[in-house]
Order: sequence, then C-alpha cells, then structure tokens
Amino acid sequence: METGFGHADDIAISVRGLTKIFGTRKVVDGFDMEVKKGAIYGFLGPNGSGKTTTIRMMCGLLTPDAGEGHCLGLDIVKQSREIKKRVGYMTQKFSLYEDLTIAENLDFVARMFDMPNRKQQVLDAVRDLGLEGRAHQLAGTLSGGWKQRLALAACMIHAPDLLLLDEPTAGVDPKARRDFWDEIRRLSAKGVTVLVSTHYMDEAVQCDHIAYIAYGKKLIDGAASEIPGQIGLHTFVVTGPDLTPLEERLKQDAAAGQVIRFGAELHVSGTDKAALEALAKRETAHGSHEWRAKKAGLEEAFIYLMAGARDNFGAELEVVS
Amino acid sequence: MSGRGRFFSWASFAGVLIKEFIQMRRDRVTFAMMIGIPVVQLLLFGYAIDTDPRHLPTLVEMTEESPILHALTTAMDTSEYFDFIGVSTSEAESDLALRDGRATVILTVPPGFDRDMIRGLRPEILLTVDASDPVAAGGAIGAINGVVNTAIAQSLTGPLAFAAGAPAPFDMVIHRAFNPEGKTSTNIVPGLLAVILSMTMVMITAVAIVRESERGTMESLIATPVTPAEVMLGKIIPYVFVGYVQTLVFLIAARVLFDVPFEGAFLAFFLGFNLYIVVNLAIGFLVSTMARSQMQAMQLSFFTILPTILLSGFMFPFAAMPGWAQALGTAIPATHFLRVVRKVMLKDGGLREVAPDMLAIAVILVVVVIVALRRYRQTLD
Repeated sequence: METGFGHADDIAISVRGLTKIFGTRKVVDGFDMEVKKGAIYGFLGPNGSGKTTTIRMMCGLLTPDAGEGHCLGLDIVKQSREIKKRVGYMTQKFSLYEDLTIAENLDFVARMFDMPNRKQQVLDAVRDLGLEGRAHQLAGTLSGGWKQRLALAACMIHAPDLLLLDEPTAGVDPKARRDFWDEIRRLSAKGVTVLVSTHYMDEAVQCDHIAYIAYGKKLIDGAASEIPGQIGLHTFVVTGPDLTPLEERLKQDAAAGQVIRFGAELHVSGTDKAALEALAKRETAHGSHEWRAKKAGLEEAFIYLMAGARDNFGAELEVVS
Repeated sequence: MSGRGRFFSWASFAGVLIKEFIQMRRDRVTFAMMIGIPVVQLLLFGYAIDTDPRHLPTLVEMTEESPILHALTTAMDTSEYFDFIGVSTSEAESDLALRDGRATVILTVPPGFDRDMIRGLRPEILLTVDASDPVAAGGAIGAINGVVNTAIAQSLTGPLAFAAGAPAPFDMVIHRAFNPEGKTSTNIVPGLLAVILSMTMVMITAVAIVRESERGTMESLIATPVTPAEVMLGKIIPYVFVGYVQTLVFLIAARVLFDVPFEGAFLAFFLGFNLYIVVNLAIGFLVSTMARSQMQAMQLSFFTILPTILLSGFMFPFAAMPGWAQALGTAIPATHFLRVVRKVMLKDGGLREVAPDMLAIAVILVVVVIVALRRYRQTLD
C-alpha cells in the first residue's frame, strides 16, 4: 500500500521508522529522515551508533526489520535493485581491487552496472582523475589520497543521482581530504545528493545538513547553521595572557560546560546561559582576560556532541580539527 | 528502467569472470601452484610409491653348505624379491641384523637340512620377515612359496626325484586382470586425478571467495546491481577452467610418463570429471561460508584432503576398511570419482559401468549445494 510520502520531486531520501535488529541488539531504532535533492547531508555519531547500518538500509543494501521509505522515489524494500543502479556507495575501507590496474577497476565497475559505451566512460573517468599516464598502474600502489579519489571515481562512473559516503576520508591526510571535498562540492553543484557519515569535524563543517545519531536513534537533525541553536549552546570567547592556567581552572568549573583552546582563544560553551553569563561577569571583574559573547559555531557544537558521546559510550573518539 | 539484464546480466557476469582471470594471472604463486601441484604430485606419487617392493635385503642363517639350498637361494635371487647380503652363523647375529634394519628377511636353514629332506623327514625352513611394515613384506611373502617349490622341484631330479613328491593334480593359473604387471603406478596415477582436483579446486575456490569479503571488496560489489548468481558463476567458472587444465596435464602425464592405459569411453570420463569438478567447487563454496579469513579457508580445505587420501581407496584398499570407515568413505566424492576413473581408464568402462558412481557424486553434490546455500543466506544480512 502506498502511503504517498516521499514522492515529492525535490526529496531524494525519505524514510520513516527504520529499525534494524542484529541478534538481540537494536542497532537502528525508529529512524526518520528526509534528505533534499542536491544537499550534502552529514551523518554524525560515534562508532557503533548505527550510521553505516542506516545508510545501508536507506539505499536497499540491507532490509529493515521495521519501517518504510523511498530513495529517489523507489521503495527501499521492494526496489532495491533499481535503487542500486542510481546510487554510488563508497565504503570506509578501500574496496577496489589492489591487484587490478586503475583502468581495470573502473572497467569492472562499469560492467557491474551494465553500462553502454563502457570503454568511453572508463577513458573519461581516467582523464577526469588526471591519471591518463598511470591508467595501467596497479591500484594497490596508489597513495591513500589517490585511492580515495579512484574509489570516488569508481562509484561515480554510472553517474548516480545519490552518493553515499561512509567515512570517506578516514586515514587520509588533510590536503588530500580538502581535494576530496572540493570534488564532492563540484558533484553537489551538479545536482548530486550526497549523504556522508563522519566523525571528523572538518568533514562535518562541509555539510549543509547534519543529523546526529547515538544508540541507533537520531537525536538532532537540522541545517548546519541551526545545530548549535538546536543544542542550545552558548559560547564566550576568552582572550588575554596566560590562557593555559585559566583553561585548567575553568575545566574544573561546572559553570563552564566545555572549554576548548583555539590558538590564542579559549571558547567556553555551555547550555546553561545564566550560569555562563554569571561566570563571565565574575571572571571579567577579577581577571585580566577579555570575555566576549559569540554565537556558538558548528565547531563547538561538534565537540560538544562528540564529548557527550564519549561520556555515554566510554569509547575513544577522534576529533580532528 | 529497461528490463535488460534484470534477471541475469551477461555484462556483469563477464565482468566478474574477466576480473577473476586477471587476478588469477597476476597471482603468480597461486597460478604456479595450480599447475605445479598436479605435476609435482604426479611425479612424486607416480614414481615414488610402489606397494610391491622388491630387492629386500636377505640374510641366510646356516651352519653348513647345502647343494639343495644353493638352488633355492639362486631361485630366490632371480625372483628379484630377495637380494642376498650374506650368511649369518648364529641366531643372535641374524636377530641383530633384523633389528637394526640391515636385513628385512632372514632365511633360517636347520643343520642337516639336505639329509633330513632326502630321508623324507620334512625339515622346516624358517623365513623371518620384518613385518613392522606389512606392505613392505607382503609381496615377498606372497612370492616365496612359488619360488621354493620351483627351486626344490628343479634340484630334486634323478635319484632324488622320489623325495620331491607328486605335484598337485591340477595347475592354478593366475591372471592379474587390468594390470597384468601388477604395477603400482597403474593404480596410483588414475587415483591421483581425484586427489589433485579435490585439493586444488576446494582450496582455490574457498580462498577466492573469502578473499573478496576479507579485503572488503564484497561490500562495494553488493552495492552494485550485480546478483549473487552472476558473482558466483563468474567466480567459479575460471576455476572449472583450471580443473580442465589440470585434467589435461594429468592425462598427458598418465600416458607419456606412466604408460597408464585409457581403455574405456572418453564420454564417461568427461562427464565424470566435470561432475567431480563441480562437486569440489561446491565444497569450496561451502567452506567459504564457514571461514572468515583466507587462512581459515585454507585450513578448512586441508581438513577435507586427508579423508580424501586415506578413506577414498586412493592409498589403501576400500574393501579392507571396517564398515563405519566405508560409510565415511562413501560420503566422500573422491571415493566415487576414483572408481569412475579406474573403471574407465583401466577396466574399459563406459557410461553404464560408471552410472552408480556418478549417481552417488550427484547425490553428494545436491546435499552440499543445499547446505551451502542455506549457510550463504544466513551470512547475507
């Protein structure tokens, strides 16, 4: 029975109540989400929070135990094969064949999608990568950054409408990561919808929309600029001499919820606005530092969320800035 | 969406097939193994194994010369089973020789043998054989009576003819059917095809499938519209091809190096080895559903090799095994394929003769495929 939702022209993904159970563990629990066409949507959350499982259900790789939805207007349960033809999925680990050359890998993927004029597509992809001279080099001999770009080229070869990236730049150096994201932006500008899971801050800030997941549940969902507001985060920027002793002292103070050092600044954030303002007033009166209120940014929000996740799970998380 | 390639896409299938061939070609060690294993095994087993050993070092224990005995030892010498290495004069000396391995056979002749025999006292000659390895001694024991009778009959002529006694009133003629010379290689070499195919097919398939999930490439593969049927067929067919190459190597070696006949119908052989290759690939597929890493796949594959060698009738006679072991052996495809190959190559067998064995392999195939598919489904989600 058609429920009628998710068919709007400008919606790429629309799911309701997605649930997945592995054994006795609810990995994803009643997940709702809507992704607009052409958006870059970020999936934030600690390891094991259900990001990958959710992505796989949304594009028909996994069958949900409960819930329903549409991806590119196709039913995620009944039309998974049709969805796969229009989706590019890039896994966290390099998942091309290291013992095949660059051209052979692209050719293989093109065959999997049963593409007409395959040879031309492969040539174009190699040229777009700027790897014409190295088409016959084994993929295993490429550097981490190049592997990532090759993997992206491979999952773009059939010109999908939706790109799913599962922690795409894990273990890639910052320069290569920036190049990679330039490419993602270009694709997004061409109208490709991008869904990316990450726990890197510099990837999170590239996203237009962000959903935060923990325990398989979506806790926060909104435009990137609205996220600090949704959390209710307020921030003061502290400048002045001898920031390090101050930082140590503030970290013991319950009123200063979160203290982060950004070069010559301390960003003190918290959800209790009154307590924070009282702290700022007290410190300004007694100390030699300048306290200035600032609209909380995505950086503060990201670290706040990730720190909270660490408290909940006891798991170490990488926060790279 | 067009309906093209909805149920089976030839392009995807061909893609997997081509990829497997390229990977096979690049992986030189595995590739060398696929051809090297059959060749080395054929050479090793074909030339090295002989279950009818000759030239056993033999010691004669006697205290006096005896003309009749001389005739006997000459006859034994010419039989090729016994090589006389010397004479021992005491029981202690022969016992030591047997223990330290200098001699495998001791022929003990009592004092006064000639005299007692001529008197008709039926003296006893003792033949002591080192039976710590029964196979090594078997041929010699089987041959000795014939050798002795002939030798004695030849020396007891003229005035001594009365002592020879009357020969049996009939002649027993022995015909070694299908292997007149009793050559071990005629038995071992055809059996080797079963062992080689099972060893390489099971292991290579299992490893090739597990490698895909171990390296993480399976994940991006299932994200494409390719179906499990296209993947499985594309991955397995290259190894069917390898099986063909191995069979060809085997046939050439059997004919050129070991002079093993090929008496029967090639069609029966052809159908047999195809069925056998398929059942081994299915076993490899089953192994791959149980293993998480290539190393595990390798170990599990090795686990299937020992029964194939020991219980199938390849090394030791199937008929000599106890009932429970025969029951185990019956569950092994190699047991039946071995019979197919021996029937066709040695016994001039055709489709009618091998039909029961083919049926048995087919039953095993069905069981393995059902179990493997059930396991494969469980691992999908």
